[in-house]
Amino acid sequence: MMCDICGKKKATVHLTEIVDEQMSEMHLCEECARQKSVQMEQQFGLADLLAGLADFGKPITETEKIDLQCPSCAMTYEEFRKFGRLGCSECYEAFKSYLGTLLKKIHGSNQHLGKTPIRMPQAEKRRIETIQELRSQLMQAIQMEDFEKAAQLRDKIREAEKMEKKEKKKG
Amino acid sequence: MELNDFVHTTGQWLLGAGTNANIVMSSRIRLARNLVKRPLPNKARKKDLQDVMEMVQAAMKAIDYFKNSLFIKINDLDNVDKQFLIERHLMSHEHAANPEGKALVVSKEEVLSVMINEEDHLRLQVMKPGFDLDETWKIADTIDDTLAQKLDFAYSLQWGYLTACPTNTGTAMRGSVMLHLPALVMTKQISKVLNAISKLNFASRGFYGEGTQASGNFYQISNQVSMGHSEQDVISNIHGLICQVIEQEEQARQALILQNRPVLEDKIFRSYGVLRNAHIISSQETVELLSMLRLGIDLGVIKDVTRHAINELFIMIQPAHLQKLEGRKLSSTERDTQRASLIRKKLGG
Repeated sequence: MMCDICGKKKATVHLTEIVDEQMSEMHLCEECARQKSVQMEQQFGLADLLAGLADFGKPITETEKIDLQCPSCAMTYEEFRKFGRLGCSECYEAFKSYLGTLLKKIHGSNQHLGKTPIRMPQAEKRRIETIQELRSQLMQAIQMEDFEKAAQLRDKIREAEKMEKKEKKKG
Repeated sequence: MELNDFVHTTGQWLLGAGTNANIVMSSRIRLARNLVKRPLPNKARKKDLQDVMEMVQAAMKAIDYFKNSLFIKINDLDNVDKQFLIERHLMSHEHAANPEGKALVVSKEEVLSVMINEEDHLRLQVMKPGFDLDETWKIADTIDDTLAQKLDFAYSLQWGYLTACPTNTGTAMRGSVMLHLPALVMTKQISKVLNAISKLNFASRGFYGEGTQASGNFYQISNQVSMGHSEQDVISNIHGLICQVIEQEEQARQALILQNRPVLEDKIFRSYGVLRNAHIISSQETVELLSMLRLGIDLGVIKDVTRHAINELFIMIQPAHLQKLEGRKLSSTERDTQRASLIRKKLGG
């Protein structure tokens, strides 16, 4: 099978796309596939297909330039936008305002609900325990219809979450 | 354990046993984990990669589970060895393509494999035969907990496990199930089913991994979303979806038998005949015929071959496997001859 774009080389990359119930297939040679996606290594990854969501891949001049840099690994937001991969775990903090929106676009949510590591850096663990404890007290208060207590607890949770943000900024 | 110990064996996930083994080949859980503050592989220098590799290796050395595992640096492998590991579903093409600072850990029976410094610092994969995501998750969860006692994983309260690509952030988990769906393909219902699956935010890909077309009527279905649901919720969602696909495939198989049993049986026995007698065969043809033979076993039409033997063949007929078995490089023509000979031996032709 020949490449759909250049028609000269053998197609080795097969892309199936489903848009509005219409399935379309694309067969590309490696070279054209690589051109089609900056991120193209050996194959298409999900990330590459989702890249459009964050305006990755668009020439930087076409979109508003965002001047952010990770203090830990020196990755810039523009670099991230181009390649779709973060440089270190601290990038999440550095690009927080943009990533929050992006994560919501990708996953439909930006709140993790899964497991927590069995052993976490102590400060993080304490904070989580405090907030989780407060949350379960809040649920109890709501069930008991003790709304006054619930309101107080909600304030405490907000306070704890604010503290978390501040500490993260410092750290 | 050494790489060559794997040549004459295959992974436990190919046993052809477990729940719904007639349709479900295997269940798989993959977790991505990164070490706090360390540069991720795409940003890391040689030294950074080396450090991460050593930290992970040291942590694993202190864990009993990894005692008899294979630990290999990708840089130490030649191209056939790399391809061999990819063919076995133990590592990705990407991992092989840029071998610098990368390693692979494989446990006994290939239940667990860990890619070190692929896109993330750690990519854990647990594979089990049949339809059992719960058990597969339990194993992955335990191994993750054990490693987390020795390594600090990057994690945030709001966003969960932090990964190189935001499409994995959160649980950083993908659950997937490998399904054999020949009847849905033959009755031309497969695109309808795949369509529905993609609408529900699940991905489907072929037997030979990301970016491949389905071959041998195998489809690997996995979750796309990793944030906003707990691991258990994601697993039970996949479970529910897969149960429906299994149901559809069962119905399609019954319909095929009812409509035209002789034609179906003819197709199965002809496939068996070619596989037992061919002296030159391409991998594409092999995979198509093996799929028919597997269906024949599921329907009780073929009684003298086990599902395990067929599952193993799907792996062993690939180029690097043939070359490792033969102990030398083979041209494409030589491989076609070697492949036919291996199949005849396995099927007693």
